[in-house]
Amino acid sequence: MVKFLPLKEAVAENLHDGDTVAFEGFTHLIPTAAAHEAIRQDFRDLTLIRMTPDLIYDQMIGMGMAKKIVFSYVGNPGVGLLRRARDAIENGFPRAIEVEEHSHAGMANAYEAGAAGLPCAVFRGYRGAGLAAVNPNIKSVTCPFTGEVLAAVPAIRPDVTFIHAQKADRKGNVLVEGIIGIQKEAVLAARHAVVTVEEVVDNFDDLHPNLTVLPSWTIAAISVVPGGSHPSYTHGYYERDNAAYLEWDEIAADRDRFQAWIKKNVIDSSAGDFAARVEHLRKAA
Amino acid sequence: MSEDLGFTPNEMMTIAASRALRNDDVCFVGIGAPSAACNVARLTHAPDITLIYESGTIGTAPDVLPLSIGDGELCETAVTTVAVPEMFRYWLQGGRISIGFLGAAQLDKFGNINTTVIGDYVHPKTRLPGGGGAPEIATSSREVYITMAQSKRSMVEKIDFFTSFGHGEGGDHRKRLGIDTAGPTLLITDLAIWKPDPATKEFTVVSLHPGVTREQVQATCGWVVKFAEALDETPTPTELELKTLRDLQARTKAAHAGTAKGKAA
Repeated sequence: MVKFLPLKEAVAENLHDGDTVAFEGFTHLIPTAAAHEAIRQDFRDLTLIRMTPDLIYDQMIGMGMAKKIVFSYVGNPGVGLLRRARDAIENGFPRAIEVEEHSHAGMANAYEAGAAGLPCAVFRGYRGAGLAAVNPNIKSVTCPFTGEVLAAVPAIRPDVTFIHAQKADRKGNVLVEGIIGIQKEAVLAARHAVVTVEEVVDNFDDLHPNLTVLPSWTIAAISVVPGGSHPSYTHGYYERDNAAYLEWDEIAADRDRFQAWIKKNVIDSSAGDFAARVEHLRKAA
Repeated sequence: MSEDLGFTPNEMMTIAASRALRNDDVCFVGIGAPSAACNVARLTHAPDITLIYESGTIGTAPDVLPLSIGDGELCETAVTTVAVPEMFRYWLQGGRISIGFLGAAQLDKFGNINTTVIGDYVHPKTRLPGGGGAPEIATSSREVYITMAQSKRSMVEKIDFFTSFGHGEGGDHRKRLGIDTAGPTLLITDLAIWKPDPATKEFTVVSLHPGVTREQVQATCGWVVKFAEALDETPTPTELELKTLRDLQARTKAAHAGTAKGKAA
């Protein structure tokens, strides 16, 4: 049964040292508050899965929490590079990390295979691409009907997935809308899923029947964290804080400045601080 | 190129790239320079073009250029927004994209792109963001257009990593790998328009932008440049094209700065 919990307890109950964990959200609905709670609880030796590691994995890698990252785009979207991740890959600082790199198509297919209970995903991909030569988890299979050679990657099956979503109803069903990305697949592929939401409403009776709803029994815990995806955004609630993404490039470029930022904005803060961070990003309409 | 032409090399690049797109194209848009070109096309000669970003937004019409491929406005203005697995499986892999429009950190003369690493993959000198959607955009789109500013660092004889496959070693290399799409058919830089030689598939300059010399093209390119026998001059940007691009960039700048605290409207 899904539990409504304060974020601190939801993270403590579901994440453990050494876990394989996905914090998903494709540019939209990035579960930043959950990632910051994981930083405060100082988990170690995590295998971090995420299509676009983005700021949250830059922060977790910079804090030395990751032993391995599985990803398809290790950049700051529209801005440039992820400087803490670079420092780890190029210089082994603060620790060396193992890298498993895919394309977006590879990751998306692998999540879908995980959600579908399949051992692997098969798709037309990686043709002529260098990744196939450096990632032993990219293999090929021959179609038994046509003879076409297709790419195969193992299914993604996280121990736990964290996502952010618009809202839950009182029974714990969860609504995701807008750019839905990989949210549904990442939840259904995982053994446990934790969802942060902007708000809880009485029921979903007046919603369109085809909206993306994750039934309560697919979720372990829900935490109400308004603003919880900042500086990413929540469609219908607040806009992406593009200025913060631009600023991150400077913060992450310097090891000391990064540590000072984490202390002030993560270690000495709480999930309750996120609401104020999006106040200026809420639309007047 | 001097300022008295009334436009910058980057403006010429974006406008030349926008002209290559047709009203009936279904274009998978890479972030950065391709995004600007695609939206200028939509706002000028190709109002019905279908622009698709890898976040799942199909038929989007943003008022400002998105900073990321998943900005909210892309979804708000799209015909429909689908999940990312559907984006890559049904729409890209399914063969529904006419043009994949990519940028590049490093490019070779056969249109192979590197956005992964500078140096060795395991011990890179510089770890770049990587491929994202590009490896499959490059092989599943019916054609690929590439746009980038020229420099000796970015246009090189040999790329450090094959993030996205172009024409490989040239000739029929795509066909030999079983790739049945056309691959890179157009390269638009800040100095020139390039097309692959029909046989060797090596990018060849077919048009110089106004005021640009062959020497300038060669001086900013890391391989020995081939020029077409009948070399054209790219038409100068029209007033409408320039105004459209500049207005778009001004709106974009204001919007991205506008999220800064204390600057919100």
